[in-house]
Formats: sequence, C-alpha cells, structure tokens
Amino acid sequence: MNEENESGGLPELPMNRECPYHPPAAYEDLRAIGPVTRVRQFDGRPVWAVTGHLETRELLSSPHMSVDRFHPNFPMPIPALTQLQSSRTPAIGALIRTDPPEHTRQRKDILPSFTLKKIGVLRPRIEQICADRLDAITAKGPVVDLVEEYTKPAVAMVLSQLLGVPFADREYFEDLTYRRFDPAQVVDALADLTDYLSRLLRAKETDPGDGLLDDLVAKVLAGELDRDELVKYALVLVIAGQETTANTIALSVLTLLEHPDQLALLLDDPSLWPNAVEELLRFLAITGGLSRVATADIQLGDLTIADGDGLIFLNPGANRDEAQFERPNELDVRRTVRNHLTFGFGIHQCIGQNLARVEVEIALRALFTRIPALRLAVPMEQIPMRQGLVFGIAELPVTW
Amino acid sequence: MSGARTLLPSGDATRCIGAGQCVRTAPDVFDQDDGGTVVVLLAEVDESHRALLDEAAYLCPASAIGFTERG
Repeated sequence: MNEENESGGLPELPMNRECPYHPPAAYEDLRAIGPVTRVRQFDGRPVWAVTGHLETRELLSSPHMSVDRFHPNFPMPIPALTQLQSSRTPAIGALIRTDPPEHTRQRKDILPSFTLKKIGVLRPRIEQICADRLDAITAKGPVVDLVEEYTKPAVAMVLSQLLGVPFADREYFEDLTYRRFDPAQVVDALADLTDYLSRLLRAKETDPGDGLLDDLVAKVLAGELDRDELVKYALVLVIAGQETTANTIALSVLTLLEHPDQLALLLDDPSLWPNAVEELLRFLAITGGLSRVATADIQLGDLTIADGDGLIFLNPGANRDEAQFERPNELDVRRTVRNHLTFGFGIHQCIGQNLARVEVEIALRALFTRIPALRLAVPMEQIPMRQGLVFGIAELPVTW
Repeated sequence: MSGARTLLPSGDATRCIGAGQCVRTAPDVFDQDDGGTVVVLLAEVDESHRALLDEAAYLCPASAIGFTERG
C-alpha cells in the first residue's frame, strides 16, 4: 500500500478549519469513508487518517505504534514541521518522539512534577497571575486584544513559575517562546531557547529555586539524570505547554461568546466550570494531527495496517464521532464527557493535561467573573485564524 | 448480578504513565505516589464502586487499571 502513484486521487492533508471552533468539515467526509482511511500528505506520500473514536483509542494504545521521527514513513502532518526534522534541532525529540524503553524512563523523570497534588498547589499562583492580568486589562480597556493581553502572557507566566525561570528573565523568556511561532525564526529561536535553558540550568546547580526544573537539577547533581537530557526536557515542556494552552483559552472565550446560552449557564452556576472545561476540550481540540508509524501488522476489524505504514490521528475529528457522542457538533457545557481524545491516548497522553485543565478553568472563570459583560469587539468572521499543527486565533479583540 | 460481590481494584505501576484519570474518577480508591504512579488505597470495595472502577479502567490511557471479583 505504499506506492506513491496510488495516492493521486486521495483526499489531502492538512485540511483547514473553516470555522474557528469546528474541525475542518472534510474530517466528517473522511469518517464517512471510514474511521481509518487512506489519504495523502502534502508531499504526496500516502498515509492512514484516523477519525474514529474507538479506532483512535485502540490504535494509540497499541504497543506497535512508534513515534520515531527518523523512520522513513514517519508522517508529516504539516509542511512547517519538516524544518524541525533538521539535525540542528535534535532537542525537540525527548519524550514526545521517543519509544519505550527510552520514553518510559524519560516520562518517569518528569512525572513527579505533574502529580495532581503538585498541580493543586499551583492553583493560588495561577489565580493570582490571572487576577493581575485582569487588573491591567480593566485599567487599559475598553477594547483589548485578549490574546496579547491575557492568554499569552498569563500562560507564559504560569509556565515560567512552574519551571522556575527567574523573575528578571521573564520578558526574555516570553519573547523566546513566541519567536519560535514565526516560521522564519523558529530554528534560531529554538537554538536560542536551548542556550538560554542550558545556562539557566547550570546556574540552578549553585543557586537552586523551587521550580520543576530545580527538582530535576537536583537529580542531575545526584547523578540520576544527564545534563543534556535535562535541557531536552526543559525545551519540550516549554514547547508543549505554551501555545496549546494559550490557544485553547482564547478559543474557549470566543466559543462561549458565540454560544451565549451556554455562557449564561456558567454565569448562573459557576460550579459547572470543571464540566464545561472538559466539554470545551472535546469540542475545540486544537491539535492538527498526531503522527505514528506501525512497527508490526495490526488487524483492526477488516482492515490491516501494515508494518511500516504511517498514521495521522485527527483527534478533533474523533471527538466529533457520532458513534461515541450524542449531538457531537453541539457545545453542551452540561454534558459529562471525560473520554475525549484532546490530550491523546496511550503512553504518550499529555503529561501536562492536569495543569492545562486547571489553567483553562481558572483563566476562563476569572475572566468571565470579572467582566461578565464581555463581548467581541469585531464580528467573528474578522478574527484571524492560524491554521497549523496547533490551531489558534491570532487575536481576539474584546470590549465590555 | 448479585449484590454481595467484593471488587478488588488493581493498578499496575509498571504500565502507569501518571495521567491521573483513575484518581480523578475514584479518589477514594486510587492515588498517586510521589513519583506520580498509581497507588491502590482500598484493597477491597463493594459493588457500589463497580461503575467508577469500570470508568477508571476505560479512561486509563495505559491500560493500567482493572479489578477482579470475589464472592
């Protein structure tokens, strides 16, 4: 099934969103063909696209799924990712691009910092960060870009506090995290970020703080962890923790403003927020595709995924699978959905998911509690969308 | 289904990836140790826990949660 010329007439990935809060409409067409179906990548290579909920769970938990980005058939969900395959940015490989047993060991190094108890301790700090940003916003009003003034800086500040980035370096750190979103700067920005993190981690060996990285530096000093590997961890945590969370919060605000009946339920009964966050995560799921390569033949009903086949999991599509969810395309903050696939499934399921839940909940609740009359300052059609591996909106002008 | 059965929850720490779904689902039965992996707090629970244990097993991304039955 791997001949190039076979892929000519197949639907092509990536597909773009037409509406910021719905997956690309063509995901429905793909699932209508089959929950696991052949498509072609932008470079012409054929690949399996997975849009079924059950099939995603089953395949992502298979031991025969590899995340080895150097496998010749490893899928590239978007063109921009290819430049990150370059040897100049090897550091992006830890955790998310390693298979067991290496992955198992790496995940266990990081895991102690992401327990539910540790995340719970961060709550008051996150509440304070959001409150400070909202003070600045209400002083600045009456029209504010919520992406620039709230979601980006609040998430960057949570991340820098979590990691233990010194206060004096915050602005530099935020600038570095954002330069990497610019395709023209991404490779240099990652190199600079790697340099910065290396220096920071060295400094922490003699001047420790109380962040996640400080816990890991202690492991280095105890001879339990390699210095270079620690830099890789730091980089992947910065990369995985910023844009996903900031975009989810911004998109949640937009979605709730466009669903005033749902927002009214939350303003009436704030105890619904944790439930609403789970539904927003299901509904929005901003990742563009998770890549895997099969390392053995896998039988899935009548279908055989052959050893060496590439797969791209379109989890925003799986979250709208009507075989699993009633009225999947309706936002319903009262429904209980804990089995969405927004954080993935299997051994690579997002290590920061419980931090993300807390950040999204606190940021939304604090915003709408402080400014219940919040509304869009421009029609939704004018809000610029950023398609990509992580979908986002480039700005969110609001007023009140 | 008789109501007198005893359920024996299990959490496989070697499979566990610390997603915390079991703790969020059944916090009286499961916890995380300082390393972030699963700890079973109650060796035995009654039938009233069945739905929660089923859900915890279903939500676990690493197939680390289960239970056996006795009685």
